[in-house]
Amino acid sequence: MSFLRKTMAITRKDVLSEARTREIIFSALLFALLVIVTFNFAFGAGQAELALVAPGILWVTFSFAGVLSLNRAFVPEKEENCLEGLMASPIPREVIYVGKMLASFLFMIVIEIISLPVFALLFDLPVFSGQLVLITFLATVGFVAVGTLFAALAVNTKAREMVLPILFLPVVVPIIISAVKASGLALTGGSWGDIGNWLGILGAFDAIFLVVSYWVFNFVIEE
Amino acid sequence: MAAGEHKVMDEGTWAIETKGLTKSFSGHRVLRGIDIRVARGESVVIFGPNGAGKTTLIKILATIMNPTSGVFLVNGLSARDSAEAIRRSIGVITHQTYLYGTLTAHENLEFYCRLYDVPDPEDRIEELAALVGLASRLHDRVGTFSRGMQQRLSIARALLHHPSVMLLDEPETGLDQQAVMILRDALRAVTGQRPSIVLTTHNLERGLELSDRLLILAQGKIAYERPTRAIDLAGLREAYCECTGVRL
Repeated sequence: MSFLRKTMAITRKDVLSEARTREIIFSALLFALLVIVTFNFAFGAGQAELALVAPGILWVTFSFAGVLSLNRAFVPEKEENCLEGLMASPIPREVIYVGKMLASFLFMIVIEIISLPVFALLFDLPVFSGQLVLITFLATVGFVAVGTLFAALAVNTKAREMVLPILFLPVVVPIIISAVKASGLALTGGSWGDIGNWLGILGAFDAIFLVVSYWVFNFVIEE
Repeated sequence: MAAGEHKVMDEGTWAIETKGLTKSFSGHRVLRGIDIRVARGESVVIFGPNGAGKTTLIKILATIMNPTSGVFLVNGLSARDSAEAIRRSIGVITHQTYLYGTLTAHENLEFYCRLYDVPDPEDRIEELAALVGLASRLHDRVGTFSRGMQQRLSIARALLHHPSVMLLDEPETGLDQQAVMILRDALRAVTGQRPSIVLTTHNLERGLELSDRLLILAQGKIAYERPTRAIDLAGLREAYCECTGVRL
């Protein structure tokens, strides 16, 4: 209970801070909408072609918007030297990881909830399905699980804006590929059985990334 | 070991005891075997020039940083086995305030109350806000505070959980005279008992005033140690120059 309560304290603090500044959601959302609009104009009218490239466009958008969001995850702690304040508090280091991860998850979900209707409108595709909701949820969990870890690693480097995507994107490639493949099937009327394998892969990577990141975070944050 | 049970290494009277603490960064040795003992209720000041290892020592004692080698105990608890229990008994004040500028003073203190499981947080927040003279600014964002006000709020943050050991790393940075008096009074007022204090500072006069015993840290080693009553300011200046090679 104590673990959960302290985790929620960190998440609540990050959400409150973001509600005041809107630094993360505003910039990542603006980026996501610009990418969707730009790709819509670039690929023109053909519905068949759009359906083919739409899953890729969707996950490129979410991936890079996610990187923008994760880049800021530990910046306030670093800039205001509050990370040491958290580390001097009587909480397991893992509480910091889970609290930060939940906040990043919420920020990404907000970005996705706003971007998806715009995507649906411009690409005229059926994005409001249980399948796509589940794919988005699972992919976002894996994304923030490993992204929070790398954000903590990158925040101590000078060129953190460059370091995070360089380290992070190659690691989450399995998540992105699975999400693109599963979304492609979902958008073209595939059944639950058709996307089942990809959902399984997403779930497996989520579990692996969550466990490994949770375990490794202590070593990343210590020095 | 069962949850909540902590290994007591030494049931002696020491609030802090370090044995052969060393710390290296990329092969550079910052601390070279620190052995210090701080009695319960004792106030120890550590002087030293920049780069002597004062901040590193405070960070290790606060369990923010691990030593490269050596051990230390806080209230008889080993940092290796009981880091969380140690953190619960320590209050840390540094020149960094550990406060979030986008949150109000109240939200910052409430956040730390949750991390430290402070009972009756509202009462404690109001009590400490009054103590540091910020009761009227409790619902203003910390980002709008002056440096001195932020440092005063940082004192309140560090005292929230009634710590028995205070670690102060150049806490007077940015403080005006009034805030220094508040800090001194606040430290005396902790739970009605005097906490054990380890203070680092450049200010020889203030260090003498606030401590029972003084140490001089030079090149990662304790180069000098005396009870405060056994030395005056002139003597301290002379010893400081001799140990550190720094002319005052």
